[in-house]
Amino acid sequence: MTRDLYQSQRAMRNMRRAAMQRGVIAVLDVGTSKIACLVLRFDGPAPDGDSGVGRMAGQSQFRVIGAATTRSRGVRFGEIEAMAETERAIRTAVQAAQKMANVRVDHAIACFSGARPRSYGLDGSVDLHGMPVTDGDIGAVLAACDVPDFGAGREVLHAQPVNFALDHRSGLADPRGQIGNRLSTDLHLLTVDGASIQNLLHCIKRCDLELAGLASSAYVSGISSLVEDEQELGAACIDLGGGASGISIFWRGHMIYADSVRMGGDHVTSDISMGLQVNVAVAERIKTFYGGVEATGMDDREMIEIGGDSGDWDKDRRTVSRAELIGIMRPRVEEILEEVRARLDAAGFDQLPSQQIVLTGGGSQIPGIDWIAGRILGSQIRLGRPLRVQGLPQAATGSAFAAAVGLSLFAANPQDEWWDFEIPAEKYPARSLKRAVRWFRDNW
Amino acid sequence: MRSLISLVRRPAEKPGRVDPAPSRWGYRFHRLMLTPSFRGFLRVGLPVIVIGGLVIGWAAQRENRDAAREVVAGLRQQIETRPEFMVTGVDVSGADLALAAAIGQVLSAHEIAFPVSSFALDLEEIRAAVTDLTAVRETVVRVRPGGVLEIAVDQRRPVAVWRHLDGLRLLDADGVMTGMIAARTDRPDLPLLAGDGVRAHTEEALALFEAARPLEDRVRGLVRMGQRRWDLLLDRDQRVLLPEQQPVAALERLLALDETQDVLDRDVSVIDLRNAQRIIVRVSPMGMDTLRLASGDGR
Repeated sequence: MTRDLYQSQRAMRNMRRAAMQRGVIAVLDVGTSKIACLVLRFDGPAPDGDSGVGRMAGQSQFRVIGAATTRSRGVRFGEIEAMAETERAIRTAVQAAQKMANVRVDHAIACFSGARPRSYGLDGSVDLHGMPVTDGDIGAVLAACDVPDFGAGREVLHAQPVNFALDHRSGLADPRGQIGNRLSTDLHLLTVDGASIQNLLHCIKRCDLELAGLASSAYVSGISSLVEDEQELGAACIDLGGGASGISIFWRGHMIYADSVRMGGDHVTSDISMGLQVNVAVAERIKTFYGGVEATGMDDREMIEIGGDSGDWDKDRRTVSRAELIGIMRPRVEEILEEVRARLDAAGFDQLPSQQIVLTGGGSQIPGIDWIAGRILGSQIRLGRPLRVQGLPQAATGSAFAAAVGLSLFAANPQDEWWDFEIPAEKYPARSLKRAVRWFRDNW
Repeated sequence: MRSLISLVRRPAEKPGRVDPAPSRWGYRFHRLMLTPSFRGFLRVGLPVIVIGGLVIGWAAQRENRDAAREVVAGLRQQIETRPEFMVTGVDVSGADLALAAAIGQVLSAHEIAFPVSSFALDLEEIRAAVTDLTAVRETVVRVRPGGVLEIAVDQRRPVAVWRHLDGLRLLDADGVMTGMIAARTDRPDLPLLAGDGVRAHTEEALALFEAARPLEDRVRGLVRMGQRRWDLLLDRDQRVLLPEQQPVAALERLLALDETQDVLDRDVSVIDLRNAQRIIVRVSPMGMDTLRLASGDGR
């Protein structure tokens, strides 16, 4: 791993800490169909005891004081395509959220869904010589992981230790202080396209914000939509977004796999637009009002006016039945879900003890999608809505805001990552001295 | 037909929709306005600077300053000379005619000419000046509603006449001189004191006069002898030498003696009470002769 990344991630972590100390931080979900901005205020840990509510994994620390969402522009497949347009859209959202919060925000945590995420499972081990595990050993075992060649132009987005094993005991969450001979770890590494990160960085910098953290939206959707036992027992979160559908698999409380399918709700909309010969805005409206994936006899009789603005009476008075609309939408939704299925199979999701699948994101609001997903993905399907956090407006509690809410939770209670531990210096004088002493003791 | 339709129906989607995004500078301005310190500056600092700058710039011109001063002085004058604030007369209470005249002189010495604005009166100064008069013990000066300067004087009451080197003076109970009289007959009602060091012991003298009330018509006065004790002078040149300590008790004892033995009615010139154990009586020369004749010693 390059020391470069280590430094930049550390800088972001420090900035996040500084922002939390100042008390206000913005959460930015740069999606394909919408850009959501939440402004969080951190009041420090909530007082224990009197209310009977604990820390709740950091949720009780913060409060949403500003929320705004705007139609996204210049983003395709979850990646920034037109920088200036995206920058303006981000500006719109941030300004509206600031206006609602009535505070100025200087730090932002961002997430995005695209940029071709790729997961790697790494493992490494280090000898302990029967000494207790220290922070330095954790850093050493993380540094001992064999980093695969993930190609030029890729950047590491997450590098989370998901498991520690000490000798023959595996599944340790925190091995520090325990005594053993061999410490090994499993590390989940998520890489994305470096160029997309650069683009996003540039856009956020142009908005006079400091980037205090980056996350994959598949990951943060999983944080907010999966309940704790699902994360523990194993579950997949499918975030059906506008331009990309994120997949994240959680097991034993950690994300062990993430991927994204470069298809989403926008493709359904464009199918409708092409199939019904209407413009995209009308197609989007028809999709959200009348869309579905399971036709019934009633749907044949329900006629939808699709209109037009041509001035031609026949064209402007067109109607389609809802069954026709469903007939357009269903193949595309099936295609997305089948692609998701393929990714899950490739990840070995069927090996997990629990096959729970949670659908979230804006696309999960299509009526009947749980039924069709049940046929494609397996029977344990539920529709997930993001966790409720304090102060979130009613309009932002829908499943389309799973990533934004998850990012707030991520900001409040981040997972330990590789760069949170010190890189062990190779020539560590105290250590070499200890080694020398040990050599003497062993040989004399 | 098409033009009519477009008149009647609003287009579903305007082709060139207004960009909802704020401009870069608009965004920055909005953020600036949300900065607490900048807002504080706008709310407090900027008005102070603008108003202060205007005032300083205006006051930098000498004629502006003078004009402002003139306006202020005019306003002040206008308010001070309102009839509500004018003092038209003086009311001296608690003073006799002579003292009232003296107070009038004091007022004219302070160049107070009625009517005068109450702002121009320095009541404390008037009070001090009036209290400085010897005949005044305490003064209350105030402007009464209705525009009257009220000077309430607690005048010293003369209780004794003190014959001193240069004439007769009046003393009050504290031993303060309240005035002079030309002749003893001006105040025949007051007892007479004489000698040095009288003023500090006026109270004792008054007590003695009080004790000597049975002899009221015979008492001529008290003389301070050697600044330490009193002599009581009676008519027929009788002199009672009172002791330094407890003269009143000694005098009362003499009166008791007089009541039983009519000592004072006899022809004695001096009764010496200074030694409490032994009263010494000096008989007058005439009485001495009579005494000698009566004893039959006719040499």
